[in-house]
Amino acid sequence: MTRRSRRIAIIAVSGAVLALALGLALYGMRGTIVFFRTPTQVIQEPQVGQRIRLGGLVETGSIRRGPDQTVTFAVTDGASRVTVHYRGLLPDLFREGQGVVTEGAVEASGSFRAATVLARHDENYMPREVADALKAQGHWKDGKVPAAAAAGPADGR
Amino acid sequence: MLIEAGHFAFGLALGLSLLQLVLPLWGSRTGDRVLMAIAAPVAIAVFGLIAFSFATLVAAHVTSDFSVENVFQNSHTAKPLIYKISGVWGNHEGSMLLWVAILALFSALVALNPRTVPFALRANALAVQAALTVAFQLFILFTSNPFRRLDPAPMQGRDLNPVLQDLGLAIHPPLLYLGYVGFSMTFAFAMAALIDGRVDAVWARAVRPWALLAWSLLTLGIAMGSYWAYYELGWGGFWFWDPVENASLMPWLVGTALIHSIVVMEKREALKIWTILLAILTFSLSLLGTFLVRSGILTSVHAFAVDPGRGVAILAILVVFIGGSLAIFAWRAPLLRQGGIFAPISREGALIVNNLLLASACATVFLGTLYPLALEAVTGEKISVGAPYYDLTFTPMALLLLVVVPFGQRLAWKRGDLLGAAQRLLAAGLVSIACMLGVVAFTTGGPILAPLAIGIGVFLILGSLTEIWVRAGAGRTPAIVLRRAIGLPRSTWGSVAAHAGLGITLIGLAAQAWSHETITAAKIGQTLTVGRYQAKLVDVRDRPGPNYQAKVALLEVSRGGTGLGVVECEKRSYPARETTTTEAGLLTDGTSQFYASFGEMYPDGTIGLRLYDKPLVLLIWLGSVVMAAGGALCLSDRRLRIGAPSRVRPRSGLVPAE
Repeated sequence: MTRRSRRIAIIAVSGAVLALALGLALYGMRGTIVFFRTPTQVIQEPQVGQRIRLGGLVETGSIRRGPDQTVTFAVTDGASRVTVHYRGLLPDLFREGQGVVTEGAVEASGSFRAATVLARHDENYMPREVADALKAQGHWKDGKVPAAAAAGPADGR
Repeated sequence: MLIEAGHFAFGLALGLSLLQLVLPLWGSRTGDRVLMAIAAPVAIAVFGLIAFSFATLVAAHVTSDFSVENVFQNSHTAKPLIYKISGVWGNHEGSMLLWVAILALFSALVALNPRTVPFALRANALAVQAALTVAFQLFILFTSNPFRRLDPAPMQGRDLNPVLQDLGLAIHPPLLYLGYVGFSMTFAFAMAALIDGRVDAVWARAVRPWALLAWSLLTLGIAMGSYWAYYELGWGGFWFWDPVENASLMPWLVGTALIHSIVVMEKREALKIWTILLAILTFSLSLLGTFLVRSGILTSVHAFAVDPGRGVAILAILVVFIGGSLAIFAWRAPLLRQGGIFAPISREGALIVNNLLLASACATVFLGTLYPLALEAVTGEKISVGAPYYDLTFTPMALLLLVVVPFGQRLAWKRGDLLGAAQRLLAAGLVSIACMLGVVAFTTGGPILAPLAIGIGVFLILGSLTEIWVRAGAGRTPAIVLRRAIGLPRSTWGSVAAHAGLGITLIGLAAQAWSHETITAAKIGQTLTVGRYQAKLVDVRDRPGPNYQAKVALLEVSRGGTGLGVVECEKRSYPARETTTTEAGLLTDGTSQFYASFGEMYPDGTIGLRLYDKPLVLLIWLGSVVMAAGGALCLSDRRLRIGAPSRVRPRSGLVPAE
C-alpha cells in the first residue's frame, strides 16, 4: 500500500467516524436538552409536559410537608410564583428564602412536578441562573438577596 | 514575617522563571550550549522557591494566622489539622499556588533526569514550561495573591466550606492537578520539538514517561473526585456529567489517545504530526478545564469566590497558549518528516482507530459541555445538557472502542492478521458472550445496554490476559508459561493491567443498572428493605464534632437474614458557615455497598432516609486504581528507566520486535 493511498484511507475513515460522532451528537442534542425557565416564563407560557428546569427562590413560609416524604413549596422570582410538588429528600442547602433549581414538568393544573431538586450552588447559595432571573426582575443588588423577592409576589396568592 | 518571606520567594521565583524562559531559547537560537545548560539548575531553583512560598502558606494555615486574608477566609481554629492543611488548596488563591508549584515541580523533575531527555530538547522544553509558569505566577500576583495581609487581624476565621472538609477532598485536588499539570510537560516537549523542527523516536521515548505519569495521576484524581461525590453528596451518584467533571474527563480522553500514539511514534516513527497535535490538545483541554472551573462561568463547589477579572485573565492565558501553540503547530508541523509505512490492518492501524474514537468521544463531551455556554452567550437562552445526551453519544462510541481494544492488542506491528487475532481471542469472546447471556438470564430489569457492557468488560479483561497467555507460550507446561510470563517486560504487564482495569470499571458501571433506591421516613425500631438488604433503624443520637454538631442514625444491616453490621449516617451542621452536610453511611459487602443517607428530622420523631443497594459499585474505583497501577508499571519498565538511546547506536536496535 502506498503512502498516498494509505493516507487517503485514513482520512476517509476519520471523516466517517467524525461524521458519525457529529450525527450522534446532533441527534442526542435534539431530544435531551433541558431549558431553564423562571416562574414568570412558566406562568406566561406554560408548556405542559415539557421537561424543564425551574429556578428561583423558595418562597418564605411556603414549605408544606405531606405524608410519605412529599413536600410542596413555591418558587418565586419576585414577580410570579409556581407551586412545586416533590417527593424525596431535599438537598442539604434547601431552605426558605434561598435559591433553588428544580427539574421536572408543568402539570395541567399549572403546578410543577419536580423529579429532582438540585443542590448545585456556590458559596452564596445562589445558582447563577437564579441570580440572573432575579436581576431580570430587578430584585438583585450587590449580591444580596432582598427580603422582598423571597417573600414572593405582592398579591401573595 | 514568614508569609512575607514566602511572598518574596515567590517574586524571586518569577524573576528566575523569566530567565528560564529567555536564556535557553536564546541559547538554542545562537547555538550557545552554556546558555541552554542554565535551564536545568534555574528550573530546580524556581521549584525550590515556589515550594518554600507554598510551605509558608501551609504554615500560616496550620498556625491559624488570621492576619493573612487567605487564612481568615478559609480557616477556623476549631478545624482539624488535616483540613487546616487541605484548606490551603481548598480555595481559589491556594489552589492556583498549588497549580504553579506543580508546574515548577515537573520542570525540576525534568531537570533532575538529564539522562532520559536529549540536551537541546530539555532546554527548549524547560523554556516553554517556564513560559507557563510565568503566566500563572503573574496571574497569582495580580489577581489572586494568597499572601495578602489583613490589618487589623480578625480573631476568628470564616472556616472552609464544610463540603470540602473531607479526607477525599484533601487528596483529590493535588492528584488531579498532578495529572492536569503533568500534561504541561508533554505540551512543553511538543513545543520544543516544533521549535527544534525535529521529532523522532528519541523524542517519543523521552516524552512517554511524562505522559504516562500524568495520565496515571489524572486517572487516580478523577476516580478520587468521583468517589468523593458518591459518598459526600449523599445522592449515591458518582458521575453527573457536570461540566466540571467533563473538564477533567476531556484531557483524560485525549491524554489516553496520546499515550497510545506516542507508542506508535516510538516503535514505528509514524503519526508524528498527530502525536504533537494530541500533546498540544491534551494540555489545552487541561487549561480549558482550569478556565471553566476557576472563572466562575460554571456554578459548583469548585467555583470559589467568583471574580470576573480572574476569568478574563485566565481566558487571556488560555488564548495566548492554545492559540499560540496551534499557530506554531500550523507553521512548523509541515517541516516534520513522516516515516513508517503500515497496512490498515496492523497494530498502528488499530491504534489509529483507538485515537479516532477517543478523539470523537472527547469531541462529543466537548460539544455537550460548551454548547450550553455558547448558546447562552449568543442567545441568552439557558439550557442544560445532561446524562441522556451522553448516553446517546459518548456511551456507544466508548463501548465500540472497548470491543476493538483486545483485537488491537493482538495485531502485529506493520502488518497484522485479523483472522489470527480473532482466533486467539475466541476463548475470551465465548466466555464473555456466556457471561452476557448469563446476566440476561439471571437478572430482571435494567436496560439492555447493561448486560452488553458487562460482556464487553469481561472481554476486555480476558482479552488482555490473553496477551500474557499467548506471549508466555500458550500450551506449554505451566512452569514454562509462568516463568516466561514473569519474564515479560513490565510495560506488557502494565498495558494488560491498564486495559483489564478499564474492563473492571466498565463492569462496575454497568452493574449500577441493578442498583435499588428507597426513599422513606422511618421510626426507631422500623425495618426497611432496599434491594438485597434489610436495614433496621436502631437509634438516632446527637454527637458533637470538633467544629460541628451531628445527628447520627444507626442502622443494623442484614442480607437474607445474616447480619452484616451497623451503619452510621450523619447529618452535620457547621455553625461557622451555618451549613449542613450529609455523611453517608457505607457498608461494604464484597465489592457491593449498602448506602444510607440521612435526610431530615420530622416533628413526629421520624427521620427521612435514603437507602441504596449498590451492586459491585466498588469495581468502578478499583478498576481505576488498577488502570493507574498499569500506567505506573509501564513507567517502571527498564526501557524507560534507562532513557533515550543515543544517536550513535545502530538504528536496528531501536525497533525491538515486540
